[in-house]
Amino acid sequence: MTSQVSSPAGKSDEASEAVVGEQRAPHIDRTGAIEKEVRRLDRVIIRFAGDSGDGMQLTGDRFTSETASFGNDLSTLPNFPAEIRAPAGTLPGVSSFQLHFADHDILTPGDAPNVLVAMNPAALKANIADVPRGADIIVNTDEFTKRPMAKVGYDESPLEDGSLEAYNVHPVPLTTLTIEALKEFGLSRKEAERSKNMFALGLLSWMYNRPTEGTEAFLRSKFARKPDIAEANVAAFRAGWNFGETTEDFAVSYEVAPASQAFPTGTYRNISGNLALSYGLIAAGRQAELPVYLGSYPITPASDILHELSKHKNFGVRTFQAEDEIAGIGAALGAAFGGSLGVTTTSGPGVALKSETIGLAVSLELPLLIIDIQRGGPSTGLPTKTEQADLLQAMYGRNGEAPVPIVAPRTPADCFDAALDAARIALTYRTPVFLLSDGYLANGSEPWRIPEADSLPDLRTQFASGPNHELADGTEVFWPYKRDPETLARPWAVPGTPGLEHRIGGIEKQDGTGNISYDPANHDFMVRIRQAKVDGIEVPDLEVDDPAGARTLVLGWGSTYGPITAAVRRLRAGGESIAQAHLRHLNPFPRNLGEVLKGYDKVVVPEMNLGQLAMLIRAKYLVDAQSYNQVNGMPFKAEQLATVLKEAIGA
Amino acid sequence: MPDANANELLQLVPKAEGKQSMKDFKSDQEVRWCPGCGDYAVLAAVQGFMPELGLARENITFVSGIGCSSRFPYYMNTYGMHSIHGRAPSIATGLATSRRDLSVWVVTGDGDALSIGGNHLIHALRRNVNLKILLFNNRIYGLTKGQYSPTSEVGKITKSTPMGSLDAPFNPVSLALGAEASFVARTVDSDRKHLTSVLRAAADHPGTALVEIYQNCNIFNDGAFEVLKDKERAEEAVIRLEHGKPIRFGADGGKGVVRDPLTGDLSVVAVTEENQSRVLVHDAHNPSPTTAFALSRLADADTLHHTPIGVLRSVERPVYDALMSDQLDAATEQHGKGDLSALLAGNDTWTVVG
Repeated sequence: MTSQVSSPAGKSDEASEAVVGEQRAPHIDRTGAIEKEVRRLDRVIIRFAGDSGDGMQLTGDRFTSETASFGNDLSTLPNFPAEIRAPAGTLPGVSSFQLHFADHDILTPGDAPNVLVAMNPAALKANIADVPRGADIIVNTDEFTKRPMAKVGYDESPLEDGSLEAYNVHPVPLTTLTIEALKEFGLSRKEAERSKNMFALGLLSWMYNRPTEGTEAFLRSKFARKPDIAEANVAAFRAGWNFGETTEDFAVSYEVAPASQAFPTGTYRNISGNLALSYGLIAAGRQAELPVYLGSYPITPASDILHELSKHKNFGVRTFQAEDEIAGIGAALGAAFGGSLGVTTTSGPGVALKSETIGLAVSLELPLLIIDIQRGGPSTGLPTKTEQADLLQAMYGRNGEAPVPIVAPRTPADCFDAALDAARIALTYRTPVFLLSDGYLANGSEPWRIPEADSLPDLRTQFASGPNHELADGTEVFWPYKRDPETLARPWAVPGTPGLEHRIGGIEKQDGTGNISYDPANHDFMVRIRQAKVDGIEVPDLEVDDPAGARTLVLGWGSTYGPITAAVRRLRAGGESIAQAHLRHLNPFPRNLGEVLKGYDKVVVPEMNLGQLAMLIRAKYLVDAQSYNQVNGMPFKAEQLATVLKEAIGA
Repeated sequence: MPDANANELLQLVPKAEGKQSMKDFKSDQEVRWCPGCGDYAVLAAVQGFMPELGLARENITFVSGIGCSSRFPYYMNTYGMHSIHGRAPSIATGLATSRRDLSVWVVTGDGDALSIGGNHLIHALRRNVNLKILLFNNRIYGLTKGQYSPTSEVGKITKSTPMGSLDAPFNPVSLALGAEASFVARTVDSDRKHLTSVLRAAADHPGTALVEIYQNCNIFNDGAFEVLKDKERAEEAVIRLEHGKPIRFGADGGKGVVRDPLTGDLSVVAVTEENQSRVLVHDAHNPSPTTAFALSRLADADTLHHTPIGVLRSVERPVYDALMSDQLDAATEQHGKGDLSALLAGNDTWTVVG
């Protein structure tokens, strides 16, 4: 996912449907044991699915870490219910983690898993529709008893009624095997059972030749205070590995070579969107030489940024868990008035509560970052699912004419750069800035080329230090609303600066002096100049990827970048011609956007909402953009977009 | 009784060079409250008292919400922010916790602090952020032209309650004490001397100081506190609290506050030879808020009879800003100053060579 937009010819995962591999015949090794066949694959999609208490997210995270340290390109999709422990064994309680990894550059967590690990009947039932025929399914047979099956409506065991004939089913009594493997640990049955996810992880780690040291070290450090439990988990993990190696049911293991060619030279790590965003905020503070102040109230899926930033107080980062969303942004704005880089993190419902304070920040013209990790709405909606439906809220969700710049990251790792960019705009133009991430970016992860700290942009800004205006009588005064002629930004004069004492507020201000003014002409002027300031923000031109002079353009924003790019690759691999462009800046739009749009016969805008960007560009550029929407809490699938785009090209 | 900690916190705010006067604290803006408004008296008292603190003017900030009283910052020649309805404590919290070199004052009213902003007020108090909160209580909504407020007496006839208001009022002092406030005081707009003495005590207090100021709205609720101001009646109605002094009031101190040995509750009695020794001695520094709370309940919500004024509670407890700052120092001590390169790299990396 660190790739450029255009794909290297011939070699692209999402261009091919089937997993291709070369085979090596099994042979007998010197000890007489069968050395199993190893097949080389260029990419694999695995989905771990189980009950929300089964530890599927942890299992997925560990497999991801193993895969990252092995050097594959990867992309992940955690998917879990909002309930912490939904009723056990039910369909709503199913939690899953999908991981796509490859020996080359990939863009999405993949449409359909090649391997499904189903820890119980609910997990099988909830996921089987996504699994293509011929795929491997590993099921925990211990859970396929009458009651758990009845809970999800299986009258007969799907393992026995022939309904899974088209799949390559591996029945494994995971629970029994785990308990058996741990019998020497003196744990209760319930305790031992808990390690079954590590058994499954061990088995999958064997199947895909993953390095294991990282997981063992992780378990020992996670359970450092309970060494027994740590060793039991390590034992279960190893038992799973050995089970794969010895049992005949698993005849083949797979190798996915490191994706060394897909990546530019550098040092890499795996990173999730929320972590990248947190680091971006810390980096922005350092680059601006300003203390970071986060005022926040916990909300899914944004809370991890609060958690992460509170770990880094030694960077001078202050984190304030407020009494509510309003106080979170209030404190951030208060800190901004005092000269901090003020930040508030939230999701859609929190933005609704913060709206009035965002309007105040527009009026005060102070730098402030509003991080919205979008989730399904309206109201509480789908807290753990992704959506892009806050665009118009960010754009217009305030009283009065209250323009706010909007920045949107496109991949998990890109959240780092987006945070720096949002800080640049806020500090340069003295304005609140929206950063619109979403649940998919926040929790998904990918390899990230670690930037050199010295190569990061310079975000330093000047506080006002003296008078900036001369009155007619020659007196030197400080005018808090006298603007920089180029950026239209007003001076940032922080308390503690002698001679610049001034009062600001949400009431309309007189141009220049900042004194209260109810003058009609002044209000008209101030409304227009605040808009002009935002309109004039410098953003790079939109880059269009159009190698073959296409007639159809697909335009996206935010997290749809992965699936759209994957779909475009598929189409081009199939000989179709399509252009692609992706917006980072939603307000203001890049200067050349109108021109770009007019250069194509057709513009298709896929969004995880009912067409909010499409509405904006239709209104602004009078372009008959065609909207394609999905609002089901999940990211687009590349195949689905490819089909839609192909129809658009042909129509 | 300023304590060592208080001085230490005040030390963080730079001192003014040279002597200041009231004039230094007047801004060039025309004051636009209704003629006769109690706010004028409070503004004058604050402007007159500020030079006493001797703090650098540029290190003083006034933050307000919305309402008549919230225009206050415009008239102070310090830094100031007139924010949005009810949110001043949260904005001031961000400012105070990120800038310990500032003296941060919040100006609010009964609607702003107790209705729309009630949540922020109680949380600022429990955290003990270093803020001085001046709550102008006129028991009415003035700026929106005369609806009842959360401190209005039950049955108040207003534009929005033509048949009388139904809700029981808050007693701001009781509320603050219940919200773990470390400093709670009450004073009256017209008593400049008392007001100033209370402001002085609040300024000296490390942590959140809540000062309720009974303030007359001569347009929509004129005379609301007349019983406390009228010389004759005030003697019987007002209980002036002074730390370390017996709680006596009325003509010749004829009345006193005693504790019922059975219930522990407080009551007002006529002081006699026999019960004189039982008259409560006010202890503002009592770690327990119980007696202060009982004192706050002596006042009759309707008639305001037996209203205690003065400092009800002033105790020392950890200040949020200081604790936050300590954690930053501790983190730096434990892990060293943040190293961005090390942070970005993490512990689990791989290298791709060209």
